[in-house]
Amino acid sequence: MEAVHEHDHSHDHPSGIMRWVKTTNHKDIGTMYLWFSFAMFMVGGVMALILRAELFQPGLQVVEPEFFNQMTTLHGLIMVFGAIMPAFVGFANWQIPMMIGAPDMAFPRLNNWSFWLLPPAATLLVLSMFVPGGAAGVGWTMYAPLTVQQGMGMDLLIFAVHILGMSSILGSINIITTILNMRAPGMTMMKMPLFVWTWLITAYLLVAAMPVLAGAVTMTLTDRHFGTNFFNAAGGGDPVLFQHIFWFFGHPEVYIIAIPAFGVVSQVIPAFSRKPLFGYASMVYATASIAILSFLVWAHHMYTVGMPVEAQLYYMFATMLIAVPTGVKVFNWVATMWRGSLTFETPMLFALGFLFLFTIGGFTGLVLSLTPVDVQLHDTYYVVAHFHYVMVAGALFSAFAGVYFWLPKWIGKMYDETLGKWHFWLSIIFFNVTFFVQHFLGLAGMPRRIPDYSLQFTDFNMISSIGAFGFGLSQLLFLYILIKAIRSGEKAPEKPWEGADTLEWTHLPTPAPYHSFETPPTVK
Amino acid sequence: MSNSINKRNRETFRKLTVITLVMFGFGYALVPLYEKICEVTGINDLAKPDEVVNAQVDTSRSIVLEFDANVRGEIAWELVPRERKRKVHPGELVHVVFDLKNSSEVPVLAQAIPSYGPQRAGLYVKKLDCFCFTQQEIAAGENLELPVVLVVEPSIPRDVHTVTLSYTMFEIEGGGERTAAKELEGGKG
Repeated sequence: MEAVHEHDHSHDHPSGIMRWVKTTNHKDIGTMYLWFSFAMFMVGGVMALILRAELFQPGLQVVEPEFFNQMTTLHGLIMVFGAIMPAFVGFANWQIPMMIGAPDMAFPRLNNWSFWLLPPAATLLVLSMFVPGGAAGVGWTMYAPLTVQQGMGMDLLIFAVHILGMSSILGSINIITTILNMRAPGMTMMKMPLFVWTWLITAYLLVAAMPVLAGAVTMTLTDRHFGTNFFNAAGGGDPVLFQHIFWFFGHPEVYIIAIPAFGVVSQVIPAFSRKPLFGYASMVYATASIAILSFLVWAHHMYTVGMPVEAQLYYMFATMLIAVPTGVKVFNWVATMWRGSLTFETPMLFALGFLFLFTIGGFTGLVLSLTPVDVQLHDTYYVVAHFHYVMVAGALFSAFAGVYFWLPKWIGKMYDETLGKWHFWLSIIFFNVTFFVQHFLGLAGMPRRIPDYSLQFTDFNMISSIGAFGFGLSQLLFLYILIKAIRSGEKAPEKPWEGADTLEWTHLPTPAPYHSFETPPTVK
Repeated sequence: MSNSINKRNRETFRKLTVITLVMFGFGYALVPLYEKICEVTGINDLAKPDEVVNAQVDTSRSIVLEFDANVRGEIAWELVPRERKRKVHPGELVHVVFDLKNSSEVPVLAQAIPSYGPQRAGLYVKKLDCFCFTQQEIAAGENLELPVVLVVEPSIPRDVHTVTLSYTMFEIEGGGERTAAKELEGGKG
């Protein structure tokens, strides 16, 4: 680390826009990831509201069915690849170097690249709405053979997925390398904060799963334009093959989204319980087991394609097995709070919201793992409700928890606690208004991804749409809270959360300096 | 940053890049793997004649076979079953003919894909011969008679009274210019 001092001139960084374009600082890049993901969250959110506006009443009022399909597709892709994944990469950038005592990420310039791949990809996705034929209306799962029959919006979508995939693979390689090689002396693997562990495991999932998706969309592309017949039944291909390849990526992807969320919650709950995390080692092993199992259960997304019953049984039991390590994690979080001296600031509220609602989402997932039940519920709103409990109340709520938790460390100012609590309560109430009723719609047989529905579904759809608009508007409050904190927040105390005990709280001033841990701390 | 860390980082980068490339290849490797699994387990052998195990005709019951046909693509052609339905006994040998008519001005290479309603009936409808086993080359303006020979196995569950056999004829793009109709197996790009 002696060499660092020769580079003092790099401390005066360029200002203005070029600071952000050229930056290799992990904190700057983390900030850009987070703002980018928030912008995408707004774009994807508006798309969701278009869907809910159309579904407010039966019949077609607001949009054409084709446009409805395009919105379904883009909403899914933008939220998954544009909002949630970059948000957690943003956390990784800010937090991992500070939490393991490293001066920066292992490959700072590559890090800059990983981020700047995202805006072009997002632009391609948004632009695809304006090409002849509009965006692809195939759903985020991009099932063949429908993808082969789409206009050029599909090609833009494929390129966007390629670029997004490249960005996350490069980001992941950077994260793994940082965690494996750049830890401060004494920071052994089993002393790393759980957030770092979850990201290490997630990054491995990304490196293993994203290339498979790249392969799947490349096959779609060559089927469309270069005369191959991977998925074209007439040419000897098989559309079901696409589903297998897609879900071989798609199921690990679910955990790519969920596992960093587990990591954030595993930092927040101990801090506000003023107790160390219960069962640290079992948390690490549980996360790793979930990651490994996630590669072995993909076909539970496709019980209805006509699989042999033996395969259905295997996928059913393997899927149910995932509930065991997930249960270990939930029990550990609860046990962490047991007899702790709890306080309920906004980060803790969101972490608790995560705990309750993610567990509900986990249970409905368990219901869906049962083949005979899934055959009934496949492609209904029950599935929509299930994965929004896991993605929104799971991943998004934990991202909110993380932002409120680390914001004082990042900017040195406090957010408005009262408004934060408002944000939490509005979010959790409107979230449930939106999605809880969708369980009933699904059980009653309302299919997903259809702009119209029969009359008996009207009441629940109205409730759901009202909830969705409430939820969307509540997120503007979040934006206001952020801006208010950045502009005129009260100065944060050196240690705003007395229970927080990771390196960034114990070894760095608040706000964290632009360059931290140039001399690595010694961890005992 | 010291050189030894830089070296280690580059080494890790190299390893992870290899994993990435291997996994990209693995996505493609799933294609032959999937075909092999389907072949071994017999899940997807739409293009092979079935073997009939029990040819005993069960005259005590009869089943209504319905025939349906569709075409895909933007060319002017049609596929029509000569009869819409027929009452048969399980175990009885059934001959059916479909007419494929190409009213367009281009030759078409086509492949039919069968499907069954109810889905599980597919297990019991055994096709001894079918135009869906091979690709069909049809010249501009030509009419083709396409035969199917099948047996409904007597083991078909008692609650199945009607079986729909439906064919969808797909155009193989760019196939019309090919001189010889290729085997379905060879159609992979």
